Formats: sequence, structure tokens, C-alpha cells
Amino acid sequence: MNIRKFYFSLLAIFAFFPKVVFAQPTPNPDTSNWLASPGIIGTILLIVIVLVIAIFILTVKASAYFTQLQSRTERNKKIEFGERLLEMDKTEIDTVLEKRRKAVSYRLSGDELGSNLEVDDSRGVVAAITHEPSNPLVDEKKKSPITIDTPFQLKKMITWYIGAAVFWLVFGTLIGQYLGLKFIWPEMDTISWLSFGRLRPVHTNAVFWGWASLAMIGLGYFVITRTSNTKLYSYKLAWYAWWLMNSSVAIGTLFLMSGINNGGGEYREYIWPVALLFAIGMVLTFYNFYQTVAHRKIDEIYVSNWYLLGGLGWTIILVIIGYLPMYQDGLGETVIQGYYMHQGVGMWFMTFTLGLIYYYLPSSLNKPIYSYSLGVLAFWTQMLFYTLIGTHHFVFSPLPWWLQTVAIVFSAGMLIPVVAGTTNFLMTMRGSWNEISKSYVLPFFLVGVVFYFVGSAQGSLQAFRFTNFIWHFTDFNVAHSHMTMYGIITFILWACVYAILPKITGREPKQIMVGMHFWMAFIGLFAYMVSLMVGGTMKGLSWIEGKPFIESVILMQPFWLWRAIGGTLMFISHLLFAYNFFYMTGNQRKPMLNPKINGPDMENRETIYPDPKNKTVTF
Amino acid sequence: MLDFHKNHKLLVGTALFGFLMLSTFVALVPAFQIQQTQPLPSMETFSEEELKGLHIYVQENCMSCHTQQVRNIEMDNTWGKRPSIPSDYYYSKQRQDLWRQSPSLLGSERTGPDLTNVGQRQSGMDWHLLHLYNPRIVVKESIMPSYPWLFDIKEESKIRDTDHLVPVPQEFLNSSTKKVVASQKALDLVAYLQSLKQAEMPKNSSVSFIPSSKENESVDDSGEELLPDGENLYMNNCAACHQADGSGLSGAFPPLAGSTIVNDENPETLIRIIMEGYDARPEYGVMAGFQETLSDEEITAIVNHERSSWGNAADAVTIDEVKEIRSFVNSLK
Repeated sequence: MNIRKFYFSLLAIFAFFPKVVFAQPTPNPDTSNWLASPGIIGTILLIVIVLVIAIFILTVKASAYFTQLQSRTERNKKIEFGERLLEMDKTEIDTVLEKRRKAVSYRLSGDELGSNLEVDDSRGVVAAITHEPSNPLVDEKKKSPITIDTPFQLKKMITWYIGAAVFWLVFGTLIGQYLGLKFIWPEMDTISWLSFGRLRPVHTNAVFWGWASLAMIGLGYFVITRTSNTKLYSYKLAWYAWWLMNSSVAIGTLFLMSGINNGGGEYREYIWPVALLFAIGMVLTFYNFYQTVAHRKIDEIYVSNWYLLGGLGWTIILVIIGYLPMYQDGLGETVIQGYYMHQGVGMWFMTFTLGLIYYYLPSSLNKPIYSYSLGVLAFWTQMLFYTLIGTHHFVFSPLPWWLQTVAIVFSAGMLIPVVAGTTNFLMTMRGSWNEISKSYVLPFFLVGVVFYFVGSAQGSLQAFRFTNFIWHFTDFNVAHSHMTMYGIITFILWACVYAILPKITGREPKQIMVGMHFWMAFIGLFAYMVSLMVGGTMKGLSWIEGKPFIESVILMQPFWLWRAIGGTLMFISHLLFAYNFFYMTGNQRKPMLNPKINGPDMENRETIYPDPKNKTVTF
Repeated sequence: MLDFHKNHKLLVGTALFGFLMLSTFVALVPAFQIQQTQPLPSMETFSEEELKGLHIYVQENCMSCHTQQVRNIEMDNTWGKRPSIPSDYYYSKQRQDLWRQSPSLLGSERTGPDLTNVGQRQSGMDWHLLHLYNPRIVVKESIMPSYPWLFDIKEESKIRDTDHLVPVPQEFLNSSTKKVVASQKALDLVAYLQSLKQAEMPKNSSVSFIPSSKENESVDDSGEELLPDGENLYMNNCAACHQADGSGLSGAFPPLAGSTIVNDENPETLIRIIMEGYDARPEYGVMAGFQETLSDEEITAIVNHERSSWGNAADAVTIDEVKEIRSFVNSLK
């Protein structure tokens, strides 16, 4: 249609006369070909990518056996064998044949099994004994044979950070699940503290500031000390921050439920005294991280730490700008709201989590990151592009048109850091695909990385003006935010937790529980996402056609039901995760006996010494 | 020089400075600028009651489901007669108090209808009170929460003259001897909702919607002017009170099915009620007029829908009849 031409002419006009056009009207697009619009096709393609990857993981597991049979080394061996036969002289062949003749005529005596001979593992090579050596369903997962000796204080702190995060995850998603049910049964309760409007920010803030933030910081402490090859600058500050952040979320939750609300701007619903607690915690954490890097015992700053420091610093600025009142009357508040809610996601969760991937992914694969430079490129473009795109939450709103255009243009620009990051992670994984079926950590990473590409690219498409016609204000937004905050951030955080906790505590979770956690979370997320995407699209089309509003409520009902089903699976998976967390941290093996290595003397940490129990090598 | 990977001061300093500059450009400067916007001359400040109502609106976080922005695209014409402009928010988006900032009224989700113009669309106080007490009294499929804590349940004997009774149907009450009384909070909130009307633009302003390309085509195809869909218009404007099946709500809103006024051979009373509103029968709530919000074509379509549905079988009216009545109504002013 002419729509695209029309947009171009509009864009051209707006570029030159920004003042005249602040509230220019735009006609409805022709929706008869809505399926063919680039934004929609792009989104569908991206979703298909995730499905393909999921199928891929499954087939990889199934085909691991067959590929082994056909592997090249096998063929090479045969050729080698043939060549050796040709080179042999006659006496050699005779010896071999004689040996073979004896072997063939050998007969068992009948009492080999069930004899009284004692089984002896004299070299300590048996790690586990199983009665079902060939599990018909899934590959036996590799145990993680190395444990990383970590100072007790650091270990304790990381455990407590992640522990608090696990609590907020279960609490926050319980609230989310309850909210999801309210779409189906709005009369579930009539208690003011549990009403939808008040609980919605409780859910979002608990999973943002409680779950994701605390888990990120906890995991970050390990990265920052490990990659700086030094001890943490101050444990005390870290503990203060823990208390401040947790009390901020706890008090904030109570305030929101009692109706004390900063003004409903998403992710800054806590009133400023409560947010201040969190902000002080952030400042302490930033100072602590910064000083740790400043005291690093190696020359270079590992790329992870760029992201960790950047994320912390940017977020502190962001929170200050978000809460200062001087420019927030009238639509000033709305400009800041778009900026704040998008940067909360982009500069804090995404940036920090990327930093975590740059350490935990290569270390789980036991190989270096594919490209340091790509990581650096992604860092600077993340800062440049992400900062500018907040207003894409207010396309067609009364905010200045030039601001909306900047947001849309740079939303497309976000593809640069996203592609750079994804390439880097996938190229790091390349050559290790068979590891996926043998590890319980890597599937989480793979899903997280794929969603990083899919969720971010889909977000760029969603910022276009045509897609805004259909999707803005609908449940599609909710699907998108779960695809990113859950599909990217939460899956990556799980991967990191499963990667590091067993290594510092020496206790591995039960594989079947991790597997159930993974598949329930993944299938649940998919049901959640797809139902709201389809429903949101239908809702938007019904609005464009000018149907009565209530019809869009009625048509959403089956999709809300599917969302609740998906949400239930996700919630159950969180309970499994909580169980796994307690399993990994409870009843730990005592720290190793070498007093030199124990404690803050980090220079000797890399010393290899024998573990008296099972003679694995401990780093 | 650019040894970011070895110099942590340079790295962190550059990252923070860059972010601060970008934030200034994309957030601080536009926010300061747009804050200078002045209100329209036709806008009024909030009464004390309405302002309290706004704060209850924020306290219950109504913004999580209701937007207050009419976008400048034609599909949003349902929610207001013109696109929202920055001036519209001059009074409503002021800092609330020391602890709480300017409310985020524009919203990001339209799980419920947009409320920019709800005072125009839904002006009846009884409707709002019933709807807040339990939305499903008036809209069966609604998924909005009930707000019973904004109401008192009182024994019939204890009700004072100053109390505002809410005509809640018996099936939504547990006890037959008790009545629902609106608390001051509920009255404040309703006062705020009733105040939500788009202010008149000064003349010679250019803020308007371009009609959708799709509708133009349909007119071209048939060669004659088509009336809009009366059922849709009825659902959007009338069904909240009179219900989708025209049955009304006893004690609050009269039925249209079988109504003598609707079925009257002469449609004048019906059309005048739609235009001017109605408050002649004490057993029912007050209806506000729609002459500002509905065009002649729309009123014709709605009237014809009402006169031909739910067992009603009166003759269709023409657009000329409606035009005539409108000019008569205007001449009364």
C-alpha cells in the first residue's frame, strides 16, 4: 500500500518542521494485509527461531548416539587399521592370528559373576555407580569435577544474595500468578490490599529489584573478584547493601499494598524514601565493585567488569534522574517515565546480565570468549543506542514527535549491540554443541542467548509505527516484557547460578530436578508468550476495526486462560529452582584443609592440590 | 590514550559522562521544555473534591489498566473528539505532595477503556458508584476489580439523610436488610472521573484526526453515504447503562426493550433525550445529553438500532429528521 510512502513523506516533513507537528494526526493503516507487514513477519520469524532452537536441543540429545557412530575418527581408525595390515610381515600376522584363535576358543567357567571377588576402585576413578547404565531418555549429565576454592566470606555472601533473590522470585511470581488468575476470576477476593491495581507493581518491583537485581549483584561479586584476581574490597559494604536493598523491597511491597504509591510510573512506584534505601545500596555496591577493580592484580580490566561497572553507574544516574522533581510536572513526567522505564531494563538488567554472560558462559565451556573487541563494541553501542529509545513507549502520544522518531530510529539501531553480543556468545559456543546435551547449565545459556537476540530484535520491530497501531496498549506488551525479563534475564541468571553454586559449595543439584525446572520454565514461558501475542494482536485489530471495547475483553478470555496455565508452569519451576538452591547450599562439604589456600590469600588460589576424598583435581 | 581496558578511571568516567550527556539530551532537556506548556484557556482547576479523587485514583493505581491519552491516530477517536495535547495534563499532572510525584496518568496498558473523556461519555453518578462497587452489575463481562472498601454497608434503619445510597441490585448483596452507602472517598473518586472531559480547543487550532483511508474507500465503492454501524455505537455509548440487550437495570437505568418512548411512532422524544439528557423519573439515575459527542449520522444509526432490536419494531428515522431536531434543540438555548 501507500502507507509506507506516506510514512516517508511524514518523516520527511517531521524532520524539517518538528515544531509544527507535535500532534499531527495519522490515519489508520490498511489492516487487510497486516500479516504482511515487516514488523509482524519479523516477529513471527523470531518466535519461530526459538521454537527451532528448542527442537534443536531435543534432537541434539537424541542424535548424540548416532553421530558418535558416524564420527570421522571412527572412519580414520578403519583406514589406519587397513594400512597397518598391509605393512605387516608374515610372522607378525601369524602371531596375531594365533592369539585370535586362542581368544575365540576361550570359554567362560561360569562363576565369573556372583563370585566372592571384591570390587576395588583402587585409583578412585569411579565417581558414581548406577544401576541403569543406559538411561533411555536423556544423557547422563557431567558432574562438575572441579570445585573453586572461594573465601568463606565471599561464598557466604553470594549464597545470601542469591538466597534472598530466590525468595523474591518465588514471592514475586506468586503475586504474578495471582494477578494472572484475576483476569479469569476478577471476584477472587475483594480485599483492598490484594486488589489488581495495588498488586501489579508489587509483582513487577519484587521480581525486578528483589529477584533479578539481588541475583545479579550476588553473581557479580564472584566475577569481579575472580577476574580482578583479588579479594573483595569490603565485605562489610556488601552486607550493608544486602540489608538496604532487601528492606527497600520489603517496605516498598507493604507500602504499595497499603496504597502508598509514588504515582504509578512503572518501576518507580516505590516512594522516594523507600527507593532511596535501594539507591544507597546501589551506590555502596558500585563503590565496592569499583574499588575491587581498582585494586586488581592484573593489568587489564576484563570485559565483564566493563558491563558490571557500567550497569551500576548508569543505574545510579538513572534513579537520581527518575526521582528528582524539578522537571516532572505535566508531561515532563512522561518524558522521564519513558526514559526511566526503558533504561531500567536496558542499562541495569540487560547491561549487568551481559557482563555476567561474558564471564560465566566461557567459564562453563572452559574456553575463552570468542571476541573481546565485539564485547567492547557492544558495550559502547549499548550505551549510545539504548539510552535514546525510551520514548518508543509513547509513540503517537502527545510527546514531541522528534523524540518519538529518535526513539524509533535508535530502536532499530539496537540491532547492532544485539547482533554483536549474540554473535559473540554463539561463536563462543560453536564447536561445543555436543556439550549441551551433557550439561545442565548450557541449555539455560542457549535459551537465554537466543532470547537475547529474539526478544531484543522483536522489541525493535515493535517500536515501528505500524506495529504500534496494532500492539500498543494491548497484552502484547506484557508478552514482550516477559520474553525479555524472563526469557533473557531470568534464564541467564539461572544458568549462572547453576554454573557457580555447585563449584563453590561442592554440592550438585539433582539432574532430574534441574531438567524439570528447565522444561517447565521454558514451556510455561512459551505458552505465556504466544497466547498473549496472538490475543494481543487480535485485540489490536479489533480496536482498529472500531468494534466495541468490551468485545476485545471477551475475545481475550481464552488467551488469558492460556497465560495462566503457562504462568502456573513457570511458578512451579520456580519452586523446583528454590529446592535446587537449598539442595546446592545446604549441608556443605567442609572447606578444604590447606590453610594457605583458605582465606584471603588469593595469589595462591590457583594452586593445585589433591582432594583427600576422591582425588579429583581442585583449583 | 584510549586504554579503556587498562585504565578503570577513564573507563568508568567516560561511560558515566557519556550516559549523562545522552540522558540530558533525550530526557532532561525535553522534560524541562515540555514542562513549560501552559493550560488551555477553557480548562478549569480541580475542585478540592476532584483533587482528592485523583489521589484515590493514584492510590488504587487505576493507571495500571486505564490510559488517559487519545493518540493522534484515528482508531483513538473512540476515546475523545481530538488527540490529547500536552496542555491537557497541566492540572492533573502536578506533584501530589512531598512524598509522591506527578501521577503517570498516560498509562501503558489499555486493559480497560481510556478515561480521557469518561466524564463526557459516562456522566451519571449512580452509574459510576454501581460500577465501582461491583463492575459486573453494569457490565457483565467486565474484569475490573470491585472496590467495596470505598463503600459502607449499613442497616436500613441507620441510614441518614445525608448518606448517598447506591442502588445495588439484591443479587449482589448478601443481606436483604442492608444497603450500600457511598463513602466520601467513593464520591471524591466519582467527582474526579466526572471531571475528565476534553477541554475545548481555541479556534483556528489544527489538532484533529485524519479520517481513516478505509472508510473513505467504502463510501467510494457504494457511491452513496453509509450510516455508521448503529450496534457498535450503541455498545460504545449506551450499553454500559441500558445493557447490550436493552434490558436496563432496575432501580438505576430504564429498559429500552419494549419502551414506549423508543417505539413511539414520532421519534422526537427519543432523539431529544439522546441529545439533551433526561432526569424526569426519580426511580432512575440521571442521563446526560450526547449532543456534543455524537454526530447526526451517529445518532440516526443508534436510534435505528434501538428501534429495530430486542423486539422493538418501530420505523427507521432519517438523518434529516435528526438534523431538524438538532436545530430545534439549538434554537432553545
